[in-house]
Amino acid sequence: MVGLVTAIILIPLLGALAVCTWPQKNGRPIALVFNVISAGCALMLWRNFDATAIGLQFVERHAWIPSINGEYLVGVDGLSLLLVLLTSLVIPFALLAQPAPDGSRAFYATMLVMQSALYGTFTAQNFVLWFLFYEMSLIPGFLLIKIWGGENRDRASTKFFLYTFLGSVAMLLSFLGIYLAKGTFDFAALANLGKNGVLTGNFAWLAFAGIFVGLAVKVPLFPFHTWLPDAYQTAPTGVSMVLTGVLSKMGVYGFVRLLLPLFPNEIRVIGPWLLALVVCSIVFAPLAAWAQRDLKRMIAYLSINHLGYCMLGLFALAASPAVAARIDAHAALSGVFMQIFNHGITAAMLFYFVGLLEQRRGLRGIDNFGGLMQRTPLLCGWMSVAMFSSLGLPGLNGFVGEFLIFKGSFAMAAAFTAIAVIGLLITAIVFMRVMQSLFSGPLAESCIAFPDLLRKEKLVVVPVTLLMFAIGIVPQFIFNIFNTTVVHMARLLS
Amino acid sequence: MIAWTIYVTFGGAILLLFLPRAYARWIALLTTIGGLILCLVTFVQTPIPDLAHFTTLVRVPWVPALGMNYHLALDGISLTMVLVTGISAVSTVFFSWDVEHRQNEFFFWLLLVVGGCYGVFLSADLFLLFVFYELVIVPKYFLIAIFGSTNKEYGAMKLTLYSFFGGMFVFVGILVAYVAGGSLDLNQLSQFEFSPQLQSWAFPVLFLGFAVLAGIWPLHTWAPTGHAAAPTAGSMLLAGIVMKLGSYAGLRVAMNLFPEGFQMWSKWIAVLAVTGIVYAAAVALRQRDLKFVIGYSSVSHMGFVLLGFATANALGTSGAVLQMFSHGVIAALLFAAAGRMIYRRTHTRELDALSEMNLSHVMPFAAFTFVIATAASMGIPGFSGFAAEITILIGAWKTFPIGVWIAGGGIVLVAAFTLRALKLSFFGEERTEGKIKNGTTLNREQFDPITIPEKIGACMLMLTTFAVGVYPKLLLDRIMPAVETMRFLR
Amino acid sequence: MSYLELLKLASPEAVVVLTALMVLSIGLLSKRAMAAGGFVAGVGVIISIVTILLLPTNETLFGGMLVISPLASLFKIICLVLAFFTIVLTQTEKASRHAGEYLALVLLATVGLMLLVGSEELLMIFIGLELLGLSLYVMAAFDKADLRSAEAGLKYFLFGSTSSAFTLFGISFIYGMTGATGLAAISTKLATTSVQPLLAVGIVMTLVGFAFKIAAAPFHLWAPDAYQGAPVPSAAFIASGSKVASFVVLGKIVFIGFSPAQGSAGWHAMVAGWSPVLAALAALSIVIGNLVALAQSNVRRLLAYSAVAHAGYTLIGFVAGDREGFSAALFYTTIYAVTLVGAFGVVGIVRRETGGDNFSNFSGLASRSPLLAGCMAVFMLSLAGIPPLAGFFGKFYLFSAALHAGANQALLWLVALGLIGSFVSLYYYLLVLKAVFVDASLLAATRPMERVRSDFLQRATVAVLAAAVVFLGVMPNVLTSRILAAIP
Repeated sequence: MVGLVTAIILIPLLGALAVCTWPQKNGRPIALVFNVISAGCALMLWRNFDATAIGLQFVERHAWIPSINGEYLVGVDGLSLLLVLLTSLVIPFALLAQPAPDGSRAFYATMLVMQSALYGTFTAQNFVLWFLFYEMSLIPGFLLIKIWGGENRDRASTKFFLYTFLGSVAMLLSFLGIYLAKGTFDFAALANLGKNGVLTGNFAWLAFAGIFVGLAVKVPLFPFHTWLPDAYQTAPTGVSMVLTGVLSKMGVYGFVRLLLPLFPNEIRVIGPWLLALVVCSIVFAPLAAWAQRDLKRMIAYLSINHLGYCMLGLFALAASPAVAARIDAHAALSGVFMQIFNHGITAAMLFYFVGLLEQRRGLRGIDNFGGLMQRTPLLCGWMSVAMFSSLGLPGLNGFVGEFLIFKGSFAMAAAFTAIAVIGLLITAIVFMRVMQSLFSGPLAESCIAFPDLLRKEKLVVVPVTLLMFAIGIVPQFIFNIFNTTVVHMARLLS
Repeated sequence: MIAWTIYVTFGGAILLLFLPRAYARWIALLTTIGGLILCLVTFVQTPIPDLAHFTTLVRVPWVPALGMNYHLALDGISLTMVLVTGISAVSTVFFSWDVEHRQNEFFFWLLLVVGGCYGVFLSADLFLLFVFYELVIVPKYFLIAIFGSTNKEYGAMKLTLYSFFGGMFVFVGILVAYVAGGSLDLNQLSQFEFSPQLQSWAFPVLFLGFAVLAGIWPLHTWAPTGHAAAPTAGSMLLAGIVMKLGSYAGLRVAMNLFPEGFQMWSKWIAVLAVTGIVYAAAVALRQRDLKFVIGYSSVSHMGFVLLGFATANALGTSGAVLQMFSHGVIAALLFAAAGRMIYRRTHTRELDALSEMNLSHVMPFAAFTFVIATAASMGIPGFSGFAAEITILIGAWKTFPIGVWIAGGGIVLVAAFTLRALKLSFFGEERTEGKIKNGTTLNREQFDPITIPEKIGACMLMLTTFAVGVYPKLLLDRIMPAVETMRFLR
Repeated sequence: MSYLELLKLASPEAVVVLTALMVLSIGLLSKRAMAAGGFVAGVGVIISIVTILLLPTNETLFGGMLVISPLASLFKIICLVLAFFTIVLTQTEKASRHAGEYLALVLLATVGLMLLVGSEELLMIFIGLELLGLSLYVMAAFDKADLRSAEAGLKYFLFGSTSSAFTLFGISFIYGMTGATGLAAISTKLATTSVQPLLAVGIVMTLVGFAFKIAAAPFHLWAPDAYQGAPVPSAAFIASGSKVASFVVLGKIVFIGFSPAQGSAGWHAMVAGWSPVLAALAALSIVIGNLVALAQSNVRRLLAYSAVAHAGYTLIGFVAGDREGFSAALFYTTIYAVTLVGAFGVVGIVRRETGGDNFSNFSGLASRSPLLAGCMAVFMLSLAGIPPLAGFFGKFYLFSAALHAGANQALLWLVALGLIGSFVSLYYYLLVLKAVFVDASLLAATRPMERVRSDFLQRATVAVLAAAVVFLGVMPNVLTSRILAAIP
């Protein structure tokens, strides 16, 4: 269906306009209406998506800035579709989770603009267009943290913006260099060139460094991660959900779409170093999480850890000197994609629950609660499900991704994967500690008056958790989305 | 037909002087809207191939003994600049709607500046161009010295004398070109082969003269002082359009007439340009006064224009012309928000004072405008600045790769200081006893609401920068053919 | 040649002399001498202009003593127009006791101008110079109640007579060396003989006399006091008519009389002659005039020093040494004269209303009389060389002629000096305008603004002059074509 992708990108923008100009004060219903529409379009996209075809579908191509070969080129393949669906899921979730902190419409408008930027990033297939949407998400992100955040929001928002902007400038310059060398901004064309070695010599390293830094900041990858804990901690709940659920995926998506296809040789050369960085992310992050008192900050660090798994799978595939067996390559890549989707949902859920706790108690330190099991069993139960999913318990969605990643990576980069397993262990310890602190033990004074899950909260929690179970038990329906893409990409990358 | 923009503007200016004060702003508005309509009609109606060459509109002998003709011409570059002048002029009048005393004089000087700018962009005779170029200098002085704010007399004198100083160098260059080339006609002179030895000293003299008005480092210090001292409308026009007179003339006259001289000196221009970008951004980071921040940001953005010129290729130069258009709109928007919206209501521009007020709560429209303006200024894609900067950078990569990296660093610095200004001015926090409050003790009633003319002006500018950012082809299609016929391209 | 024919050819001068005599009698007989005398003087001047138009195009009498040529006729008309405006300006002075004498002096000075312009023979030139000079000395000292006026007159007289002595001495040397006083004859003689030291001294001394008249540095020391102290119409006339005529005569002398001894003032190619001498004068005038003007706080004194600078600019045209240069110089001095008359008109009105002509007297003129403020702006900006006013075109014309003249832009140094001078001058002209326009807002708080009273005639004159400056800036061809055509 022609124009469907553009429609998906534009609908949230129209929604933002509507929110601002509608006479009614409360922007939430309007935002949700527009979200429903765009989700509907996303579902239509899924329905008409041909899962067996290689290459982009629903392609729209128009000349935009011919002088620099900037085209308006959008299209979806398996990965893009997956991320579009994720966005359509997480953002309404976030909007439902959080009424605007001061009731202002600007909050919803900004979220919708962010949503449009996200849709655009995941479907753009020409660098200039992609960069436009990538940058478009910066200002809404900044404003969301700066205006509606908690303590320390000034520093957190500035750091978020400047780090990301620096990274994106580096990316821009690198891409300009590539454009001048190869004359195209088109991702597909560049990927093909990459297979045959796009650039050679020192210049390639410079460009690689630029793009790597830009994306590493976004994911984030150790040691470019220092902006994340502050930002996630201080942002309001709904914003944190979006940040961790979707925004971080922009970085991973960027790695898959931009860096890995273009610089196979360079990655292979410094592969071990990259894997070392990833392992640091995976291991150090939960260690840091262990030391946290603030629940949100803890989950922030755990996010770094989970995204590290994605990067592990990617780098193992691309950087391993050994020629990987087909099945291992597929496993790793499928695991990465799966983890992208699952982590999005799971981490959003975790933040949501922390938000619920914060609403009841007014604080969110790990010591502020105790013995909740006695007072709010439902809350504890569902929250535990989310935590176990994040942990990677079989039967839940988190397991599928992590298992595949480890299986594939172990075959390709055994030593690093082995060390990464430690991360799993530490994550488990962290979650156990949380559960013990919050749920078990004597009921704390301050928690006596807590209400259990309210009806509106149940409406949100139950469907998503059921989804988590569904993916955990019958993951095939998600796999079908990107299977062909995985095969194609694995061939490209190894 | 587009020549009528000049006549309408000057006619309006003189008419204003003789009518009662109450009519002054209406006449100014009608005049500027008339000019804008003429620009738009020409823009839409002229077929693009016609814009590739500097096509004569009017050519009437003026002083035959000296070979002076009243000669106007149009090409894609001129059309772009005339269009931005028109848009800027209308929004400037909207933002000056509430001038309280001596309205006749205020709008008279304003329209003289606008008319002079139209004249420069349309002139095809060297003397005529210089007449319009110098004509703009004195109205600037009066606008700032009479109607300005901080340190206005000093700022006005500095700005005027610097402009005239640059004009002196230009005068010498023009005289030399006239005497050596035997003609004042730009089309004829652009075919003439000047001796390389002449060009080697005539080019830097001429280009430097123009570049002073364009704010080239290190001759830029008049710009922040002057623009901060000027009244809002003055700053909008001065930073937005008048600085572009220098760069446009540098392109049309200096670079096109003395191509070998240009090639000898282009590396130095690039060095100065890049230094300007980074230096101005670094200095802006330390400023206390919001208008000074914006003044320095103008210098930084003009550095991009000069960098684009220095690349000597079609892409870089076209990007530079686009940046001239884009910055014209963005600078106007920034000054409008800072001057009119903030200063007039809070009577302060000190960032520390503003940061206590948390203005985003009490002036949401102004906050929105300023957010858009800063986003555009930073070069966020979707706004015109990005399209221009990326084109310049691509062009620059071919000739000065190192410069591109330094300019990239400059872009980050620009983002940093712009963000700081945005944060402190609109999103500052009130601190009571060390705790940060989310709201503000100021309520909306304390400030006059943003008036309708201000809203119209702001929306015009925001729409323009957005439209060009999303669809830069609109302008680039007309600029690139014109640039490609220039003879300094390598 | 019968006397009747001579009278016909000299009719312009005769008419003016007659008018002078008539005005003298009116001064004795009438109570309202100023008005009536002024009216008669004005009519006389207009009649004289008409007679000039009726003259034949080309005549030469008595070996060049009286020459009727297009150039002479054109500039006689210009001088008469300037005299006319000066006469209008006299009406602004308070009723003076010797109106008739004053007007007669103006007219006699005008006769001196016309004789100067219409002669190509050294002795006649000297007579004209003296007639002009003596009339001007008395005009400068005319206000007996003002100490400054007496000082002005005395200084002017002392300087003037000394330089006249120099001039006469120089003329005698030239006569001795060449045996002729007619300019054409002198030039043929100079072409054959080489320039001996004595001849060179003669030439330089002749030039010195004129340098005094045009107030070129370093012979300018009389100018500030004369401009500031003399009554306003006198100062206006000194600044305008006297300058124009002096430049015309100087041009004739150097271009016609001394043409073989021109030399060159190019930077790398200096050749001895009158050209480097004039170049040195020009450079000095530009530098000294502009720099000292920066320090002034009285408008008239500022105009005096700026006159020195403008004399320098005009001399650049002479240094260029060709037709174009001469034409540019004459154009520039004409528009300069028009501008100065207008400026002095405004000064006169302000002086009468506020009792002085310092910067502080001009404060807030924009609110008190917008018309005068606007006209003052036109005059000051024209002097600074801002388009689209006449001064800008004049400077462009001068500088382009200078660059055209030398090979490889040899006179670039002089042009650059001129430009730097213009740049400096903008500052002090803007200071005047700052007082007029900007300080209004400062003063409004302390003092109520009274409107400046000026009657219709004064306003009309100033406005007409301002309009002329604008017109000549936008359509200079009207004047330049005539001047260029008039030069042989």
